[in-house]
Amino acid sequence: MVGIVGYGSYIPVYRIKVEDIASQWGMDPQAVKKGLLVNEKTVPAMDEDTITISVQATKYALQRAQIDPQEIGAVYIGSESHPYAVKPSGTVLIDAIGIGPDVHVADFEFACKAGTEAMFVAYSHVKAGNMKYALGIGADTSQGAPGDALEYTASAGGSAFIMGSEKVIAEFEYTYSFTSDTGDFWRREGMKYPKHGGRFTGEPAYFHHVISSGKGILEKSGLKASDFAYAIFHMPNGKFPQKAGKILGFGKEQLEPGWVVPWMGNTYSGSSPTGLSATLDIAKPGDRILLVSFGSGAGSDSFVFKVTDEITSVQDRAPKFREMLDGHKIYLNYGEYLKHYDKIHMNE
Amino acid sequence: MIVPKYTREIPQRFRLEAEKCTKCGYIAFPPRLICPECGQKSFQMIQLQPEGKILTYTIIHVAADAFSTQTPFAVAIIETKEGARMTAQVVDCTLEKIETGKDVKLMLRCIQREGKAGILQYGYKAILSR
Amino acid sequence: MRDVYIIGVGMTKFGELWDKSLRDLFVEASLQAIENADVDHIQSMYVGAMSAGLFVGQEHIASLLSDYLGNEGIPATHVESACASGGIAVRQGYIEVASGISDIVLAGGVEKMNDGADVTFALATASDQEYEAFHGVTFPGLYAMIARAHMEKYGTTREQLAEVAVKNHEHGLKNPNAQFQMAISRDTVMKSTMVADPLRLLDCSPVTDGAAAVIICSEDVAKKSGRPLVKLRASSQATDYLALHSRKDLASLPSVARAAKKAYKDADTKPEDIDVFEVHDCFTIAELVVIEELGIVERGKSGAAVEAGITRLGGKIPVNTSGGLKSKGHPVGATGTAQIIEIVEQLRGDAGDRQVTDARLGLAQNMGGSGGSCVIHILEGIS
Repeated sequence: MVGIVGYGSYIPVYRIKVEDIASQWGMDPQAVKKGLLVNEKTVPAMDEDTITISVQATKYALQRAQIDPQEIGAVYIGSESHPYAVKPSGTVLIDAIGIGPDVHVADFEFACKAGTEAMFVAYSHVKAGNMKYALGIGADTSQGAPGDALEYTASAGGSAFIMGSEKVIAEFEYTYSFTSDTGDFWRREGMKYPKHGGRFTGEPAYFHHVISSGKGILEKSGLKASDFAYAIFHMPNGKFPQKAGKILGFGKEQLEPGWVVPWMGNTYSGSSPTGLSATLDIAKPGDRILLVSFGSGAGSDSFVFKVTDEITSVQDRAPKFREMLDGHKIYLNYGEYLKHYDKIHMNE
Repeated sequence: MIVPKYTREIPQRFRLEAEKCTKCGYIAFPPRLICPECGQKSFQMIQLQPEGKILTYTIIHVAADAFSTQTPFAVAIIETKEGARMTAQVVDCTLEKIETGKDVKLMLRCIQREGKAGILQYGYKAILSR
Repeated sequence: MRDVYIIGVGMTKFGELWDKSLRDLFVEASLQAIENADVDHIQSMYVGAMSAGLFVGQEHIASLLSDYLGNEGIPATHVESACASGGIAVRQGYIEVASGISDIVLAGGVEKMNDGADVTFALATASDQEYEAFHGVTFPGLYAMIARAHMEKYGTTREQLAEVAVKNHEHGLKNPNAQFQMAISRDTVMKSTMVADPLRLLDCSPVTDGAAAVIICSEDVAKKSGRPLVKLRASSQATDYLALHSRKDLASLPSVARAAKKAYKDADTKPEDIDVFEVHDCFTIAELVVIEELGIVERGKSGAAVEAGITRLGGKIPVNTSGGLKSKGHPVGATGTAQIIEIVEQLRGDAGDRQVTDARLGLAQNMGGSGGSCVIHILEGIS
C-alpha cells in the first residue's frame, strides 16, 4: 500500500478582510464578499515566502510521520511564487530540515496545481519503488495585482505530504489527470502579477477541466459521489468548488471540511492540498476522499484516497489546520498589506 | 555579495547546529574551536531544540537601511532549553505581547534580502509560544 | 618600564562638520596638540578610528594622516577597537614610550561620521556581524537590552536613565567643544523619539564628526618642555565576549571591571581616591553600568546615585564633566582620546567653568561595542 504517511499545513498569522480591499478600490464590500464567498485571506509576514511556509509545513508533516528525514529520497515543491526565478526552493528546505544530500529535488510550476503535481510525482516514486519516502508540497504567497479581482483572494500558506508505504494514513487508490492548452491565466517571465481572461477562467477553464477530471477518476475507479466521505475541489473563490461539487453529485457536508477558502483565500498551489490537509484532520478510518486540483493553463489532477486506521494516531501530533486558521490572527489594513506583499514601489 | 559566508553558516542558521564542550558542557552557538569557559578543545555537535525563553529584548525603531521597512520590530536575547544563547527577532505578534521570561519557538524565516536581485538569507526568528 | 606623561592636547570642535574631511579633522587636532606640547617633532603616531572604511570609504588612514601631518616619514599605525579605538591609540603610544622605543609619540583618534554613510549599519559592525547585526539589532538596540536587563534586575527606572542625559547636557553646556550646548529636562528626554525601546533619542550619544590628539612623552621630554606635568599612572585594557548574548549577566560590562581592576592596581589607587571620571556614556544606561563596574557605586545602585546628584559637577564623584559622549558628541574613534584630554585639562586646572576643584587624579574609561573591549587610563596631575 502506498499513500500519505505524514501531512502538515502552515498558514501565516496575518489576515486582511475582503471588505478592506474592496473599499480601497471603491467596490461595494458586501457585494464582493457575497460574490466570492470569501471573508478574509491570509497574508504572509514580510519574512515569509514559499520556502519558509514549506519548511514549517514539512516540520509538521514530519511530526506526524515520525520518520527519519534522511530516508526521504525526493522533495518537490509546487508553487507559482518560488522566491527565486532561478535557484530552487527545495534546496533551502532540505538543508533546513536535514534531508539529503542524497535526495532528488525539484521545484514544480503549473499555476494552482503545482502542489498536486508534486504530490503525484512523490507518490509515483514510492509506488515505483525508487525510494522509501518522498515529499510533495504545495505552497504559495499568491500574487494578485492591486485592484485586480485576484487581489481579494490571493493568499499565503501551504501543505506538505510525505508519501511512503509503511504506516500509511491515506492510501492512493486512484489518480487521474486532465490537461489541455487553455490560456485562462498566466504570468509572463519577469512580470510580477498574473493576468487572466476574466469570465473565460470559469466555464472553459476551471469547470471544463475540473469536471472532466472528476468524471474521469469516478469512471476509472467505478466509484460514485456517495462512496466518498469528503471531496475537495480547487478553491479560486468560495463558489467554484461548491458548484463543481454539486455538478459531480457531492453534498455540502462532503465539501465542508476541505472548503477552506472563505477564511483563508485562494492559496494557489497550496489551495486544494490544504483542503486535503484540513480534511485529514477530521477524517476517520475507512473514509474515502476525492481531491481535484486545478491549474490554469490548464489541467486538473484527481486523487482518490482511502483513509486507514493509522490516521487517528497521527492527527494530534501537529497543529491542525482549523486551529491555525481560527487561532492567533493579526489583521492588517490595506497599506500594511501592501508592505507585506512588497507591492510598494520603493527606492533601492 | 555575501554568498560564501551565508552558505558556510547554513548549519547554524538553518538547523541550529551547536557544539557542546565535552568537559564543562558549555554550549557554543555558533560552534567554536576552543571552549571560552574551560579552554578545552573537544566538542560534540548537537542540534538545538527550537525552543527557548526571552532573557531581554528591545523594540528597534531606528534600523540600518536593510531593515528600515520592518520597523518597529523586536529583537531579543534568547536562551534555548539547552542553554545556548542567541540574538533573534521576535515576530508574528503585537509588540506589547513581548516580555522577558516568555517562552518562544524558533522558526525558519527570511532574515535579509540582498537588494532586489541578490541572495535571500534565511535563518531563525522567534515566535511567542502559545 | 619608564614613566610616561602627556604634555600636549588638541581637539576639534565636535559636531556635524560638513565642510571638514577626515584628514582635515585629524590634522587640525594634531597640530593643536603639537603646539600645545610645544615640541618640534614627533617620532611616531597612532590613530584610532572605528571604521573610516565604512564611514568615508578610506582605509590605510594612518599613512594618509601622517602624510597630511607634514610627511615626515614617521611610523604611523591605525588602531581599531570600535568605539575604544581612541583610548587604545593612546595606550599604544603609552607602551611605545614606556618601553623606551620612542620619546615623543602622537596618539589620537578621528571619525568622520556625517558623510552620507549608513551610520546605523556601520556602527552595528562593532557587534557580532554574523550573529547579532545580521538579525537587525542596532547599537542602541544592544544597549537597550542591557538597559532592560538592568531595570528588571535592579529596579533601575526610566527616570534614572534620563537623569544621566540631563546631567551630561548640563556639563556640556560648559564645554565650548561640545556638540550640544543645551540644557535638557528629564521630561524632554522621556518624551523624545523612541530609538530602541526603552532607549529614546536623548538617551543616545549623537552622530559626530571630530578628532582629538595628545602628545605622549618620556619624563625627560616632559620636564624639559616646561608644560604642566600630567603623568599616565596606569593604562589598562581588557576584552569580553563580543556578542552581548554570550555574556552571563546581561546587566553587566565585565571588560570594564577587568580593566579597572588592573588600572587601580597599576596606579596603586582605588576608586575613592579618584577626583574626576570620564566614562563611556554612549547611551545613558552605559554610564550607569560603567560606574558600577568601576566601583564608584555599588552594583545596582547607579540609578539612585545619579538621581541623588553624586556624579554631577560639584557632587561627590563628578562623572563626565566634559558633557560625556552624550552632550560633547561621539565621533567614535576620537572619543577615547577626547576623554583623556578632558582629564588632562581637569588635572592642569584648565577646565574653566567645569573645573573640579583640586583635581589631582582622574580616570578615563573608553569601551568598544557592547563592552567587547575596554581601555582605562588613570592620570595624575603633578604640581
